[in-house]
Amino acid sequence: MQTNVSVTADPAAETTMKKRNTLTIGDQLKSYAKHPGAGVLAFLTLLGAVTTFALLFFLIGYVLVKGIPYLNASLFSFTYTSENVSLLPSLINTLIMTLVSLVIAAPVGIFAAIFLVEYAKKGSRFVKLIRITAETLSGIPSIVYGLFGMLFFVTALHWGMSLLSGALTMVIMVLPLIMRTAEEALKSVPDSYREASFGLGAGKLRTIFTIVLPSAVPGILAGVILAIGRVVGETAALLYTSGTVAAVPNSLMGSGRTLALHMYVLSSEGLHVNQASATAVVILAFVLVINGLSGLVARKIAKG
Amino acid sequence: MKGVFLIAACASVLAVFLICVFLFANGLPAMGKIGPLKFLFGTEWRPTNDKFGILPMIVASIYVTAGAILIGVPIALFTSVFMARYCPKKIYKPLKSGIELMAGVPSIVYGYFGLVLLVPLIRQLFGGTGSSMLAACILLGIMILPTIIGVTESAVRSVPESYYEGSLALGATKERSIFFVMLPAAKSGILAGVVLGIGRAIGETMAVIMVAGNQPRMPKGLLQGVRTMTANIVTEMGYASGLHREALIATGVVLFVFILIINLSLSLLNRRAENAN
Repeated sequence: MQTNVSVTADPAAETTMKKRNTLTIGDQLKSYAKHPGAGVLAFLTLLGAVTTFALLFFLIGYVLVKGIPYLNASLFSFTYTSENVSLLPSLINTLIMTLVSLVIAAPVGIFAAIFLVEYAKKGSRFVKLIRITAETLSGIPSIVYGLFGMLFFVTALHWGMSLLSGALTMVIMVLPLIMRTAEEALKSVPDSYREASFGLGAGKLRTIFTIVLPSAVPGILAGVILAIGRVVGETAALLYTSGTVAAVPNSLMGSGRTLALHMYVLSSEGLHVNQASATAVVILAFVLVINGLSGLVARKIAKG
Repeated sequence: MKGVFLIAACASVLAVFLICVFLFANGLPAMGKIGPLKFLFGTEWRPTNDKFGILPMIVASIYVTAGAILIGVPIALFTSVFMARYCPKKIYKPLKSGIELMAGVPSIVYGYFGLVLLVPLIRQLFGGTGSSMLAACILLGIMILPTIIGVTESAVRSVPESYYEGSLALGATKERSIFFVMLPAAKSGILAGVVLGIGRAIGETMAVIMVAGNQPRMPKGLLQGVRTMTANIVTEMGYASGLHREALIATGVVLFVFILIINLSLSLLNRRAENAN
């Protein structure tokens, strides 16, 4: 209908109508002169937005400009010495930490989401309990996770400060994030998919693993990527669980610092500020890549 | 297989249970030994003399959080109004991912930014060491921006368009319609965003440690150093032992109780926001 109207209408009349219906910047300014209060509010709104985004650009620009000159090959040598505070061991530890924590957290989170969406009775008390605890977990600050990890994994289980203690602390920390995103992804799979699969004679498990899960992969992946970002940037929860030894340990039971911890130790010692700046660039690069990836995946979801 | 899914679903319940048990079991005895009133309201923290009063840290945490809210909320509120009502469509997506990026920047990087830029700046402008409550307030104010903007923007967006149109039709300007009709309607959502920001600010550790100075005494002024509860735990846990260590864990328990109260008020607010719609 819409197209028909615009084709038959006189083009000249249409443009005048459009002109009458859109405010030019001049009109807007005139109206602000008449209503100064509105003008002030509009100005403050613009100022707020400009402040926020200027801060973001300034933060990123400043970290990059400060750190990039100090990025050099010796920072990536394989061993850490007190003269050459190489970040490579911490980088490797970060990768190990991320991998171990996700290998545990992703299946647990996804399975929990499957239970909530496919099996649990909606609104039952048990489901409510799970929701409340997941919400509580996502509000707990990382230092409290750190304390718990120290008390439970390091002390009570006698694992000592180790990559494993740190990774399991991370598992609890990112679990609510993975659970929530996976739950939303599973919920957004249309019921007709499930009905069609049942109609073809597939069982419940087969339907979940071959029909529902594959369609929910982008949403689940976006959550997992966000979880990676949390682990890479975490400091407070790892300080007293994985420890700050600056080498790649022989096993998961050995202590090792991640990149963020490496940066904290360097800047709090105050001896290697330039190397801390360079480490900040590496961490920021990680964050930028992770954010870009999750954005890409999210766009894929939007396209369907 | 259903059993496996069920066990996975119990993981979060188990985690919360274990966290509560271990924190309280390790922290409460220390509070008993020191005396709960002496611990919570004592103004002196001198572990070497067996004086464990954490009131200075509690007050510092509250002051720093309040300062961050004072700085962050107005900027976040105006930014979210901009995002929801003013932003041209073409630049909306890049700006939105900018805010997501801001939320993804780790606190250690914010802390570093504060340490190398904010602290020297305050030292030059106002004197003193620069590591101060003011630095912590400003830095936290910046850090909670993305959290509050995200929640507030969706709260403003969930107000029915008819409110806006009705107000315009009555002759109100665009600004009056947004700020005096739509924002009051989005009140509980906005409040939820602010409470979420409070939770972030009070629990923030690394960034605060790097800029706040960490002196364990009652806050005396904006330009003096302070130590928050979170900073107290991290700065001394490395070498503490015996009752000192237990007192630090008890500090964590107090922080945890603060967070639980904030969580509770958040879920109450969310329920109210849902009922309102």
